Amino acid sequence: MSSDLRRKLELILFLGPALVLFIGFVLVPMVLAVYYSLYNWTGFTSLDDFAGFKNYLDALTGSVFQNAVWHNVVIAVLSLVVQLPLSIALALLLNRRLRGRAFLRVIVFAPYVLSEAITAVIWLLILQPGGFADQVLRAAGMGGLVRQWLADPDLVLFTLFVVITWKYIGFGIILLLAGLQGIPAELKEAAALDGATSWQTTRHVILPLLGPTVRIWIFLSVIGSLQLFDLVWIMTLGGPANASTTMATYLIDHGFKRYEFGFGSAVAVLLFIICFTFALLYQRFALRRDTEGAVSR
Amino acid sequence: MRRFRNVCAFLLTAVTAVALTACGGGGDTAENADGPVTFTWWHNGTTDTRKAVWEQIAADYQAANPGVSFKIEPVQNEQFQTKIPLALQSDSPPDIYQQWGGGNGKGQLPSGKVADITEQTSPWIGSLGPIAQDWADGGKQYGVPYVGHTVGFWYRKDIFANAGITTPPATMEQLNEAVAKLKAAGVAPIAIGGKDRWPDAFYWGYLATRHCAPEELKKAVETVRMEHPCWLRAGQDLKAFLDTQPFQPGFVGTPAQQGAGSSAGLVANGQAAMELQGDWDPDTMSALTSDKDLNSKLGWFPFPAVAGGEGAPGAVLAGGDGFSCTKRAGAACAKFLQYLTSTPVQEKLAAVGAGLPVNPAAAQALTTDSLKSVFEYTQQAPHRQTYFDIALPTSVGQALNDAIANFFAGQGTPETIVQAVNSAAAGNK
Repeated sequence: MSSDLRRKLELILFLGPALVLFIGFVLVPMVLAVYYSLYNWTGFTSLDDFAGFKNYLDALTGSVFQNAVWHNVVIAVLSLVVQLPLSIALALLLNRRLRGRAFLRVIVFAPYVLSEAITAVIWLLILQPGGFADQVLRAAGMGGLVRQWLADPDLVLFTLFVVITWKYIGFGIILLLAGLQGIPAELKEAAALDGATSWQTTRHVILPLLGPTVRIWIFLSVIGSLQLFDLVWIMTLGGPANASTTMATYLIDHGFKRYEFGFGSAVAVLLFIICFTFALLYQRFALRRDTEGAVSR
Repeated sequence: MRRFRNVCAFLLTAVTAVALTACGGGGDTAENADGPVTFTWWHNGTTDTRKAVWEQIAADYQAANPGVSFKIEPVQNEQFQTKIPLALQSDSPPDIYQQWGGGNGKGQLPSGKVADITEQTSPWIGSLGPIAQDWADGGKQYGVPYVGHTVGFWYRKDIFANAGITTPPATMEQLNEAVAKLKAAGVAPIAIGGKDRWPDAFYWGYLATRHCAPEELKKAVETVRMEHPCWLRAGQDLKAFLDTQPFQPGFVGTPAQQGAGSSAGLVANGQAAMELQGDWDPDTMSALTSDKDLNSKLGWFPFPAVAGGEGAPGAVLAGGDGFSCTKRAGAACAKFLQYLTSTPVQEKLAAVGAGLPVNPAAAQALTTDSLKSVFEYTQQAPHRQTYFDIALPTSVGQALNDAIANFFAGQGTPETIVQAVNSAAAGNK
């Protein structure tokens, strides 16, 4: 057997199964979604009502979809400006030697282990009128702060953000802790020998070295924010009056509740394009220095 | 470039293959009604009592009809939305499946898989009354209801008495007076699960049924177009009613049936006095309270009359649960559906609170006096209006529910509700 043929056989043997799965479960559904998105389709008939790009136009010009995109962006930005500093602060704290550190790490990480569905149901009970949140506020003499957490259109998105933070901050902290563990102790020792204060060491040595981890966290966080679905669907169904609709809830609402599968597919493709564009740009401009040398020869 | 072309060609072939498989028919041969058959049966009785009753019914039928056997698959209510379109495109759809009739059911007909059972059902379908029409289209029967549902106000007699309300409200004015009295007594007058949207639609739906003449209701559903001013009046009356603030605080975020904090839970636990809901509500409430004596405290009254309404007095907003057959075992399946409407089966269903029997002879098996009064009221109703979200094509019905829910949340006008229907019917998103 020539080495060339052998190489080809090896390729088929090792790459084949993965390629078949990838094509069947990733590529084909993606191509089909694009195909369906060009039709008016209720899901029950054959595809015969060609709509061209009308579904895309309808979505992009519709105020509900525009609001949905805006809600996703708000969640992504809030994650960056609230969750990230909080995660870094807590990770720095939990990286120090302190009593009960292992226990604290478990507590902080615990919500991440719960499924989004369970998280949503727990928080529904906490936030319902007269629920645990309201009772705690009243018991603490802050009854004036009691609000319609999930029923107030001006508040609902922020309430959801608090739940998202509760659920995902543990993941951010674990990721950052791993990053912190990777910083060589020698660097901190050198800084200490040079007379740097604890704050100066953190500011000029630790945080810059944490960069790659932070950039990965930002990537995961933004993609997660853009695809936000389970929590919102269970807690508010996108309401009241679409005040918490996200691109994904809008897609399910139209696709599966209204049986507008063609339109739903168009929204799915738009969501894909938005995520994909962000991923590409982020890889190109932010992650490039982290992955340099890792992918190219 | 050539490689790119090859990839494209491959993908195109794959897509075409999948699309062709999806479009292809198959398994269309109807069987003899008495021949051996195994039914794949999808129903929504996923919880114990209902599930056990369906199993018992299947076992009884199997015993009386040798050659018939069942492969039962309980499917959760909401899952039908996703499973049915996929199943009706596949080569092996279930033989019998849960179907809610109306525009929702009609939407499934273009799949070509739903069996026309007119011939088998015509001798007896008329005995079920007007409800069976929800499973018919163009004079052909595509399914059979096994229970009906009627919407009305479920109220706490004890809370009404405490607030000094002696007789249930019969007009909107009296309802407003009752709301005022209940507020003065320090209790939420009406609970509603606004988060789920469909409970909001009951209010608009009933007001439309009170304002619009039966002919107009029929015409609008058939043409999927609302032009008569009565539709606007429903929204205007709803606005006036919402302005009295009759609901519990935070009602737009409250779920209808999940947990003690849901609208059903609020009534069950005495935190609200009434709720506009279907006949299933006492059953739902019982699961959300520790009060074993709840049923004796619950009463029922129909949606009040409106001033100047052109609707038939006493018309009901209603719906039902039914089954459709697919073509493989259409004839044998129709025979089984007839069995489901027989008195002994209907009594079993009524006894477990599945709904109002479609066979009047089984009415005495209903468990409470309030349910019996709902049944009698429904039987005497001069017009039966199917919930609009079911009666209209699904996309239009859901657009209507969304517009009504937005209206409850303070967005939109009586006009935007009507526009939502006409616009969705025109294919706008």
